[in-house]
Amino acid sequence: MASKTAAICRGISRRSSGFGVRSMSSWWRNVEPAPKDPILGVTEAFLADPSPNKVNVGVGAYRDDNGKPVVLECVREAERRIIGNQNMEYLPMGGSVKMVEETLKLAYGENSDLIKEKRIAAVQALSGTGACRLFADFQKRFRPDSQIYIPVPTWANHHNIWRDAQVPQRTFHYYHPVSKGLDFASLMDDIKNAPNGSFFLLHACAHNPTGVDPTEEQWREISYQFKVKDHFAFFDMAYQGFASGDPERDAKSIRIFLEDGHLIGCAQSYAKNMGLYGQRVGCLSVLCEDEKQAVAVKSQLQQIARPMYSNPPSHGALIISTILSDPDLKNLWLKEVKVMADRIIGMRTALQENLERLGSSLSWEHITNQIGMFCYSGLTPEQVDRLTNEFHIYLTRNGRISMAGVTTGNVGYLANAIHEVTKSA
Amino acid sequence: MRQQFQLPGAHSSAIDRRLSALVRHLGDSSASSMESQNPNQTIYASVTASFNGDSVFSNIVRAPEDPILGVTVAFNKDPSPIKLNLGVGAYRTEEGKPLVLNVVRRAEQLIVNDRSRVKEYLPITGLADFNKFSAKLIFGADSPAIQGNRVATVQCLSGTGSLRVGAEFLARHYHQRLIYIPLPTWGNHPKIFATAGLSVKTYRYYDPATRGLNFQGLLEDLGSAPSGAVVLLHACAHNPTGVDPTLEQWEQIRQLMRSKGLLPFFDSAYQGFASGSLDADAQPVRMFVADGGECLAAQSYAKNMGLYGERVGALSIVCKTTDVASRVESQLKLVIRPMYSSPPIHGASIVATILKDRDMYNEWTVELKAMADRIISMRKQLFDALRARGTPGDWSHIIKQIGMFTFTGLNSEQVAFMTNEYHIYMTSDGRISMAGLSSKTVPHLVDAIHAAVTRVV
Repeated sequence: MASKTAAICRGISRRSSGFGVRSMSSWWRNVEPAPKDPILGVTEAFLADPSPNKVNVGVGAYRDDNGKPVVLECVREAERRIIGNQNMEYLPMGGSVKMVEETLKLAYGENSDLIKEKRIAAVQALSGTGACRLFADFQKRFRPDSQIYIPVPTWANHHNIWRDAQVPQRTFHYYHPVSKGLDFASLMDDIKNAPNGSFFLLHACAHNPTGVDPTEEQWREISYQFKVKDHFAFFDMAYQGFASGDPERDAKSIRIFLEDGHLIGCAQSYAKNMGLYGQRVGCLSVLCEDEKQAVAVKSQLQQIARPMYSNPPSHGALIISTILSDPDLKNLWLKEVKVMADRIIGMRTALQENLERLGSSLSWEHITNQIGMFCYSGLTPEQVDRLTNEFHIYLTRNGRISMAGVTTGNVGYLANAIHEVTKSA
Repeated sequence: MRQQFQLPGAHSSAIDRRLSALVRHLGDSSASSMESQNPNQTIYASVTASFNGDSVFSNIVRAPEDPILGVTVAFNKDPSPIKLNLGVGAYRTEEGKPLVLNVVRRAEQLIVNDRSRVKEYLPITGLADFNKFSAKLIFGADSPAIQGNRVATVQCLSGTGSLRVGAEFLARHYHQRLIYIPLPTWGNHPKIFATAGLSVKTYRYYDPATRGLNFQGLLEDLGSAPSGAVVLLHACAHNPTGVDPTLEQWEQIRQLMRSKGLLPFFDSAYQGFASGSLDADAQPVRMFVADGGECLAAQSYAKNMGLYGERVGALSIVCKTTDVASRVESQLKLVIRPMYSSPPIHGASIVATILKDRDMYNEWTVELKAMADRIISMRKQLFDALRARGTPGDWSHIIKQIGMFTFTGLNSEQVAFMTNEYHIYMTSDGRISMAGLSSKTVPHLVDAIHAAVTRVV
């Protein structure tokens, strides 16, 4: 068989010039090289740097105090139990029912009536990105005249997602560059000035990239104004547990909106809080009026998933449902999440203290005021470039520092470098 | 729908004042405004308000069940002890059980036990080793395109994901946004391409009269396609018909397509599953690559490595030059990033582990051949049993067709009859998954076919 193929192929190669195949130029000659992804491109550059002092505070993936990636013990244990025991059959289009059930409890509350009443249309998604994309496509299909209001700044990929879904984008004020905190007055103005019934993207906690979250009181006002304006709230919750160390606390914004009766949408990710980055596991949920509507909405979400990937990957989902349905494993997970969050909070304190000890004249309070994985340092792109070129410190050019990449071993070096590039500012 | 809005006690008086103003404003507009002087009167929410329970999606109707996956849903609901699932194309053993290949289990153990492995994000394009070995698997390690470093390969979510990423790329960067798909084809194909923004037309493929290939019709339809159109080709084991062109026919198709500048897009979901030989099943793809032209190829490891639920696949675009391939790869990333950022690591790690280890690779080929052989044996058993039974009709297509599926030729009424009376589940186009059959269940299927053919027309 192989020799017959080889003979045919040789014959084809000889004859092909007669059909002008070789002389035809590429169909793709006009394809432009795409710009590098601003976030993921940072890690690529970091990996290529030979300097022994290099520091990666770019991508938001957790590192321990030795700068090493972490696989949680609860995950290792779950995998030990799973391996060898599962078949690898297709999940349903909507993913693992068990995993979705457990995931909804995290967002909506362990004993949520909404879950009991089956009012939530929910499907397993490809981590946070996949959940946002499913929602964006769904929004386009069923509310084609709608737009999405996105905070300034936000995770860069949010713009890509809604753009590819062909949903027009608007922005709303969020970050106040001078205070390095929340621009609450402008945010509320934007909410009020948006046409009634607008769709808003909200970061549930640990805003990416700024680390600036509204206070509980501010969330209540936002929720109230949303009621007055009849807006739709879509929460992207990628860091539940990572902000304060307590998943219940981190879901407060969502719970406020639920108490106030909003019918929300929500994207959840296990990339960071379970360290399952590469497994691509998350969940998209849409709260509906009743069970019948939830069934209809879920079926439509599945219709969007089918021509995209048919059904979601099972391994990560199995890890999650194993952990969350076993009280001991779940407790272990909660402890491990708190350890990660606490380490980050500790690094914030250390970085700020280091900068103050170096005698920096600038205010660095925002480092400890901000929450979650990222610190929006306030560094300019030029200062960032200096950090990279002179000190081999890698971060995104918007000045976002991934605190997860800061360790007791490099915090001094980092503080010193930041001080160097800002002291003449 | 009107519902009462009660002020939650926790709210501040500022809010009370605002709401009172609102209430007064609304109350004044009615003729019976005498009753609305009380500022604490409850107000009624409008029909469009989302906060009181009216969903912005309240007009959504329930989508119909997916025709293929819906078969398994219906099967699962059936309480009959003799029910038989010949719907979705997932391999089953003689005992009717799903099969995880031994070599896959071994690879998985290695991965999980390796404490140095982490679960970090893969690059957008996926696991590099996986991509390299996948390209070699389909194109052949000695492929001129691979040697020439002009293949862009990205890891995707199985066959579906590979097709979708390829289709999105074509819709953005290719000048002819039109794809021809065979009639019939896998039910999800038209949805994938249409959703990505391509126009979809069909070319004749299956001949119901012969239950074989309508070769003349195929050549005519491709011959009249506009220059530059994309053509979807099933690399082997056509789904749902099991009808494949011969190598000589493939050569004619290749010549026609190249002369008309038609762009081949291969869907390879069954490499190794059709004949039992990975190389033999890849021949059509390799013939096209050998002529130096460009093409796309979507690969799936769902069936041939039994990795269904792990969603492992790859999209390769064979380009004229290395530079073009590099630019193409960069643009593929822009399609992937806003869809799911990067692909899942687990299944691809298993595949890469197996493909790069000679012993494991050989073990895999043996297990793969065993699966293919069992299916071929089921074909023979079914054919022999129908003949022995004297069931009317020519059933030789059962052994002529190849791969996981047989296009029985039964019509949708006959199919419905078989489901209702015999609890046999298959898609309404008469496609049966041979992988779902066993020696024990062949007699039951024969009974059902016999009854359907003689009692339902």
